[in-house]
Amino acid sequence: MSNKSLLRINNLQAGVEGRTILKGINLEINAGEVHAIMGPNGSGKSTLASVIAGREGYEILGGEIEFRGEDLMDMEADERAHLGLFLAFQYPVEIPGVNTTYFLKSAINETRKARGEKELDAVEFLKFIKSKAKLLDLPEDFLKRSLNVGFSGGEKKRNEIFQMAALEPVMAVLDETDSGLDIDALKVVANGVNQLRGPESAQLVITHYQRLLDYIVPDVVHVLHDGRIIKTGPKELAHELEDKGYDWVIKEAEQPA
Amino acid sequence: MTETVQIEESDSWLEAFEALEHADKDSPTWLIPFRKAGLAQYAKTGLPTLRDEDWRFTNIDPIRKTAFRPTLAPGILEAAMLDGIPYPLKTGNAARLVFLDGHFQRELSDMSKLPQNVTSLSMKDAVAREDLRLDQHLGQYTYHHDNPFAALNAAFFQDGFYLNIPKNLQIETPLHIIHLSSGNDAQASFARFFIRAGEFSKCTILESHHALSEGIYLNAPTTEFVVENEANIEHIKIQDESKQAFHLASVYAHVGRAAQFHSHYLNMGGRISRNNIRTKLNGEGLECVLNGLYLADGDQLSDNHMIVDHSKPHCDSHEYFNGILDDKARGVFHGRILVQQIAQKTDAKQTNKNLLLSNDATADTKPQLEIYADDVKCTHGATIGQLDDEAIYYLRTRGVPKAVAQQMLVHAFAGEIIDRIHHELIREELDEVVWTRLEKFAHFQNVSTT
Repeated sequence: MSNKSLLRINNLQAGVEGRTILKGINLEINAGEVHAIMGPNGSGKSTLASVIAGREGYEILGGEIEFRGEDLMDMEADERAHLGLFLAFQYPVEIPGVNTTYFLKSAINETRKARGEKELDAVEFLKFIKSKAKLLDLPEDFLKRSLNVGFSGGEKKRNEIFQMAALEPVMAVLDETDSGLDIDALKVVANGVNQLRGPESAQLVITHYQRLLDYIVPDVVHVLHDGRIIKTGPKELAHELEDKGYDWVIKEAEQPA
Repeated sequence: MTETVQIEESDSWLEAFEALEHADKDSPTWLIPFRKAGLAQYAKTGLPTLRDEDWRFTNIDPIRKTAFRPTLAPGILEAAMLDGIPYPLKTGNAARLVFLDGHFQRELSDMSKLPQNVTSLSMKDAVAREDLRLDQHLGQYTYHHDNPFAALNAAFFQDGFYLNIPKNLQIETPLHIIHLSSGNDAQASFARFFIRAGEFSKCTILESHHALSEGIYLNAPTTEFVVENEANIEHIKIQDESKQAFHLASVYAHVGRAAQFHSHYLNMGGRISRNNIRTKLNGEGLECVLNGLYLADGDQLSDNHMIVDHSKPHCDSHEYFNGILDDKARGVFHGRILVQQIAQKTDAKQTNKNLLLSNDATADTKPQLEIYADDVKCTHGATIGQLDDEAIYYLRTRGVPKAVAQQMLVHAFAGEIIDRIHHELIREELDEVVWTRLEKFAHFQNVSTT
């Protein structure tokens, strides 16, 4: 495993509408690693994902986020994507009238353009995209349909992973991708994520439950509570949380060191 | 309510009619009273004001203030002038009917692609043909009391087209009516179209309106459709007038049992433009779709006003109108669904969506359900808003730059309407036309979002 740092978050504080949600996050993810962030509802998990991805409307109150050695703070969401960051949404957006193929071609070619690579022509693109679609067991006509429109919850999540596979990010952030998935869909999604694992890439899996982590096995597990990472441990920590809940970690963290 | 209606002292229409009466000596005998009835209806109401419920969002003062002259004599159009007009179906195999200021241009028209047994002739010729009995058909399906421009059309029309598609004839070749306005200031055109589709017949009719120059003119065409039992008409009307001009169109359809009437509207030009659409659903089990897209910027006002009259049971009607408005443009939608007592099992849907690209653009929408039957399904919905920030963010996280994401969403919004056009070639060409028009919008690439 290489020790090349991909994501470095230092004392990140952020909020929305005057309310502080993240109260000093420190996190470092190296190439080749899978990290999981677990935590109860309202702990700031989705805010963290949004701030990393560059969602507008969040106030950054302090700290830094570096990705592949570059400061993310001044970058727009699309520039972050071009740099190799991908966010799988908890609630993927339905976009009527935007054809999935057309959208993906634009996303892939804009990314290639930004990286100084040659854009794919129609034939190359279709060949490429069909090979990726096979992995995710998506409905046959989904490439012709409007983006996420009329998809079930599970199909939307699989579409997220399909897009991730197509965009081949350096780092993927999965925001509660397991919510609303039955066990078969969960396996399909996990399989898609595992195919992306490699010495040069990393994944950050944000989840409330340990279930997904049986299939995407993390190297490191963090517990997020009230905007701070209060405990970090090996993959067994996830099982412990599943068995005993979050209260003991929270209590432990509240005890003066 | 007082019955006296004020006509401004020097009403140019009344003066123009006197001139017409002197000139119009050779008309068939029924046509003079027909015209007079139109003028009388106009004289009764005058041009509408904002106090008229049907016109409360559409201020036509600029029309009232201009002394328009009807175009009584045909002009001559050079073939080369057609080339400069970006109308669709350039490469298509459509039968072509060309009009200049309401007058048929025989030399530039090509009817050779229509089957022999179709009766097709200029309106000027048709009114003179006693066997067509236009005295009994023309104006039979129009309503003038709420639409003075249709009344003026009855009073002043000189030409246009008559088309009768016989029973069982399915015409694959689209028919393209191209109406050009010279664009001279104060010139008014009143083309008159009458289209009858016999039982089990089928036809696609494209009607497009263009300007040869950017003057302040008035174009007020009236189209009557008679769609007989089980006939299938797809009508696509494109309005691309001068940005200074006024376009006040009237479309009437009388639809029979199990027939299909799909009428699409793409409004792009005109300082003030309006489609007055009225469909009478007069047979069981028919389907009527009114589907429109209006694109307006600068200080354009684009109005679509429709009445769908369910007069028989088991009919489906849908109205879908989307507007994209930039700068100080205004969009107006007024959709009235009238369900008569007999019209049980009516299924009527109506939506009007407006996308405002600038903070100064406005949209007025007025759905109106008037239901006298008790077993019906009627829904309506209207939205006025800006692009969905959530959708833009989603696209951007996939590497799509903001401007491209915005264009995708605007295009998708227009696509909802364009995609309902069945005729593939026309649909594809209109998609291009819409895209080209949107690219001229100041805020197409830099939409202000909330």
